[in-house]
Amino acid sequence: MRVLRRDQPGYPDSLNRLADPPRRLHVVGDLPGGPAVAVVGSRRCTRYGATHARTMSRAIVGAGWTVVSGLARGIDTAAHLGALDGDGRTVAVLGCGVDIWYPASNRPLGERILGQGAVVSEYELGTEPAPWRFPARNRIIVGLSDAVVVVEAAERSGALITARLAMEHGIDVFAVPGDLERETSRGTNRLIADGAHPIVSPREVVEMLERVLGPSAPAAGRSAEPMLRGPMFVHEVAAAMGITIGEASRRVSEWELAGLVRLDSGMVEPVN
Amino acid sequence: MFSSITSAAQIGVEARQVHVEAHVESGRAAFGIVGLPDTAVREATHRVRSAFANSGYRFPRGSHLTVNLAPAALPKSGPAFDLPIALSVLAAERLVPPATAHVVAVGELALDGKVRLSRNILAAARVARRLGRPLLIPRGGEEEAFLVDGVDVRAVDSLADAVDAALDVGRRLTPPDTGEEPWSGPDLADVKGQPVARRALEVAAAGGHHVVLIGPPGAGKSMLAKRLPSLLPPMTAEERLETASVWAASSRAPRPDGRPFRAPHHSASAAALLGGGSGLPEPGEVSLASGGVLFLDELGEFPSHVLDGLRQPLEDKQVTIARRGATVRYPATAHVVAATNPCPCGYRGDRVKACVCGDAEIRTYRRKLSGPLLDRFDISVAMGRPDSFEGGAEEGSAEVRARVMAAREFAAQRGDEWDREASSVLARALADGVLTGRGHDKVRRVARTVADLAATDRVALDHVLEAMSMRAA
Repeated sequence: MRVLRRDQPGYPDSLNRLADPPRRLHVVGDLPGGPAVAVVGSRRCTRYGATHARTMSRAIVGAGWTVVSGLARGIDTAAHLGALDGDGRTVAVLGCGVDIWYPASNRPLGERILGQGAVVSEYELGTEPAPWRFPARNRIIVGLSDAVVVVEAAERSGALITARLAMEHGIDVFAVPGDLERETSRGTNRLIADGAHPIVSPREVVEMLERVLGPSAPAAGRSAEPMLRGPMFVHEVAAAMGITIGEASRRVSEWELAGLVRLDSGMVEPVN
Repeated sequence: MFSSITSAAQIGVEARQVHVEAHVESGRAAFGIVGLPDTAVREATHRVRSAFANSGYRFPRGSHLTVNLAPAALPKSGPAFDLPIALSVLAAERLVPPATAHVVAVGELALDGKVRLSRNILAAARVARRLGRPLLIPRGGEEEAFLVDGVDVRAVDSLADAVDAALDVGRRLTPPDTGEEPWSGPDLADVKGQPVARRALEVAAAGGHHVVLIGPPGAGKSMLAKRLPSLLPPMTAEERLETASVWAASSRAPRPDGRPFRAPHHSASAAALLGGGSGLPEPGEVSLASGGVLFLDELGEFPSHVLDGLRQPLEDKQVTIARRGATVRYPATAHVVAATNPCPCGYRGDRVKACVCGDAEIRTYRRKLSGPLLDRFDISVAMGRPDSFEGGAEEGSAEVRARVMAAREFAAQRGDEWDREASSVLARALADGVLTGRGHDKVRRVARTVADLAATDRVALDHVLEAMSMRAA
């Protein structure tokens, strides 16, 4: 672990844009340089959100950018996973000491992130997670990023605070629109009404970000395995691949035998 | 003077012959019934006395009348013995020709001499068949009596009518021509979408596999379950008789016309599900559904001791209930369909609503479900809420049923061969830990059924792969 002081070289310059930059930043792993995009959203997310967070993060690292998120459940987890899927770089900003994994179930994910990026926090070692520390953590996510993508957010949620903070600092905010009835899309729909850029198609996310971040430098990543994202029903696999239900059931079993997915309550889940 | 006439009692699914003996002697005036009668049987004396008076028969005055229901150690219950008691007394008093007693009779008497519909009709029909004697039943019970082939059924309206019918061979009824009646219940065509669940239900129907449907509220789990009977072949005569025998032992009515569909609530007691009660044990839901479908909605809400109790009956295809009164055995041949939410809140994996369950909650929920009962399910299906209610016409039950029947016929005469590739994939999956030992057996069974639906003797890799995708966790 390294401690970066504000007055010393190596401290990320982008943090100085904040009104109250952290005095010290604890870093485990390598803090990547270059443009970074925050991908954030609710801890309680739907499959819609989780799927798109993961695919977009994968596209973002595919363009050579870094994905920044908060290592929380839900959208944050999907965002980090998407970056790891694409062998890209990702940074997790914690609301507790960097020696504490919260939630504990995300410890394996955190350890994988260390191999492809960094885990950072402004808090001293041993600082326990607490609700009031998360908004402060969110400002660091904004500070480290050149654009913010909000995937899913209910009407009063931490992800919205992050988005408003970004807007105040003149950082571009992108939001994923959703069903009008869906609670976890009310916040993102509202953001769009308030001036965030809507992400109209998952395939366009890189093009849209290029307008803000400049041209991308695609990294040579793994070839895309089309079906390995998010839990899916067999009929969705069939629809996505344009094959019959029978073929899809057989394909899913082949993937399972190859150790790529597992069946959980009849749904197809990628093995992380 | 003595007379004896035959009646019957339903003991479990068995039809037991009961001799209704009457003996008249002079002495102190009395009318007693012996042979372990319950209150309803004992009260027959009042009904028989009044029925005599209102049918134009003179009830013997000043005679000592004893009625014995033999075997004397078998407990008798209900008013269905009224008619045989009355006929036996009439014959003992020589008020009617002795030939009147050469029948099997069952029915309840009204005070005015009319004969009322009663229980024990099926049991009496089976006894009549065994003895080759005519059967007197209350009018309205014909359908039940005709479930037994080759019985001389004579329906009667009153006590006097019963005496006529007993002596008149012309009263024999002809059974209606029960052709294949069209399915009248809900049809699979009403279910929109859900192609994976439809296929799973077809495989389940073809192979007699138990199925568990996993999905959020509103996915159409119970709608689908209610349509499984429509995918099964029409009942055979034996199946109809078996189901009717179970229902005859139950106080529940009416007996379903075709294959039964029973959906006990999760608050039902173990006795309601498995059978029991004081005295003669009654069949539970698991037996009442025999030949049809037992639907366990909200599987996770059933108390675990009740689910554990279901395990053995489903394995043995019968349930044995021992009570003080008797030990009886009922069939448990129902096809089980269970439904459950994927997680406590129900919305895990949903497109629209967020799941609010924590990982630990989901694990606890799974642990409860994946107990020994879930092991009995060969097939599981994950269902999402339908995308939209529009779309083209869906395939109806009749088409699927035709394929199910073809597969069942094929299965009855085929060999059991396996492609080497199919066997080796299964063996490897077991060795790699992708399948558990039990999972391996389930996939084997379901793969065999998938091959039967394809009308092929040899189970191929494709059949195994499809079966794997359907296995229950």
